[in-house]
Amino acid sequence: MDKGKAPIDYQNAVITIKGLTKSFDDQHVLRGIDVELYQGENLVVLGRSGTGKSVLIKIISGLLKADEGHVEVLGKDINKIADRELQELRIRIGFSFQNSALYDSMTVRKNLEFPLVRNRRNITRKEIDIAVETVLDAVGLGKTINQMPAELSGGQRKRIGIARTLILNPEIMLYDEPTAGLDPITCIEINELINEVQQRYKTSSIIITHDMTCAKSTGDRIAMLLDGQFQRQGSFEEVFKTNDERVKPFFDYNFIQ
Amino acid sequence: MDTENSIKLPLKEKARPQKRITSFFISLFNINKFILRFFKEAFLPPYEFKEIIRQCYEVGVRSFTLISLTGFIVGLIFTKQSRPSLSNFGANSWLPSLVSIAIMRALAPLVTALIAAGKVGSSIGAELGSMRVTEQIDAMEVSGTKPFKFLVCTRVLATTLTIPILATYTAFIGLLGGYINVATNEGTSYSTFMQQVFEPLTFVDFTASLIKSIVFGFTIGIVGCYQGYYSTKGTEGVGKAANGAVVTAMFLIFVEEIVIVQISSWFR
Repeated sequence: MDKGKAPIDYQNAVITIKGLTKSFDDQHVLRGIDVELYQGENLVVLGRSGTGKSVLIKIISGLLKADEGHVEVLGKDINKIADRELQELRIRIGFSFQNSALYDSMTVRKNLEFPLVRNRRNITRKEIDIAVETVLDAVGLGKTINQMPAELSGGQRKRIGIARTLILNPEIMLYDEPTAGLDPITCIEINELINEVQQRYKTSSIIITHDMTCAKSTGDRIAMLLDGQFQRQGSFEEVFKTNDERVKPFFDYNFIQ
Repeated sequence: MDTENSIKLPLKEKARPQKRITSFFISLFNINKFILRFFKEAFLPPYEFKEIIRQCYEVGVRSFTLISLTGFIVGLIFTKQSRPSLSNFGANSWLPSLVSIAIMRALAPLVTALIAAGKVGSSIGAELGSMRVTEQIDAMEVSGTKPFKFLVCTRVLATTLTIPILATYTAFIGLLGGYINVATNEGTSYSTFMQQVFEPLTFVDFTASLIKSIVFGFTIGIVGCYQGYYSTKGTEGVGKAANGAVVTAMFLIFVEEIVIVQISSWFR
């Protein structure tokens, strides 16, 4: 499936997860996740709501701690590194939140500048302006620079959220439900943006979604999260060529109904 | 995530009334950990001077009008209500001294702190609570910035620095209220009033008042930030954080008032 993307380097895994488990009180959410994300690859994680998809990427970014298992991101074991190292690692990981998580007391410009000025203390005003304009151009929202997040539409907020992560030139992008709550046309635009980001910034991405159109148009590989484990992995066609009653409804609902 | 580092009670245990004491001590442990983290991070570079100044301005502006009004009324009413008692002993001339002792030692820091707890504490709790539930704090964390330093340290330092300034202002406004009442009824001149105001005050009074204001300011900031930073349960949690910030801060302010008054009385 050629989506005009940069090539995938299958010799170089940027994320390696082995035997990952996570529970909240007596609720076992992840029960032994094994997966690898390769350089330049878009991995789509599909699954029902509440199956732990977001928990998985929060563990990868160090927001949550795994109960057991090995999570290696860009060569570093996320469970064993010191706070300072984790902070440095996070700069190399972009996280696009489901509700965009824009800082609502700041303008779009300030939202974009915030991670930059705090991570590169010696950066000049001119460099900041160039970086802001470049990422706004990448997401096609140059005119919103002085607007407040409350003045933006849902799609624009998603784009600015992605721009805020891109400003640090991440090597890995984690998208949490990038098309949730958007109209079909905006969904298509966001899907295209995800592919453009992968091409332009040479990122490797994990895309959490239950939107099959998003999965089909952005994913090089689909991983189906069922009962806390990746039960099916492969291309879109491989994953959905099945009679498994837990998998079929995803396809049927989106493409037959 | 920060919230993960806090000790939590299982849901079933939370519901049992007999476990409330355990819950109280766990909260006490968590807030102590929060305070230690503040001292660990606040004085290490990089410093967020701009944000501290912005927060100081916010704290001052948010409370200024209400503090001005309340301070003036407190001074005026206290003077008016004290007059009959002193008149019984023919001691009306002691009124300025009485007013100054009451305002400088107790009323100014206490009134300022209680108003700031309501205005500023609730606002901090709600703001950080809202940022927590909309994942803005997580967004700061994953972008390699330090949300605790940027959000918590700056706000706590701002309240700690600004409340003493506001308390000093409240004292002067309160004394102005007292002076207007005294001047209207007794015809005391401004210079005589001010002389009688400062006569009974000692270094211990000023120091105790200043320390009290600093402690109150720190309490308002730390409680507001703690409630907001660890807010959960969506929008309901934001309301709870704001409410918790006010109630807890006010309770602690009264406890601290008693303790500091007791300690300062040993030095008199």
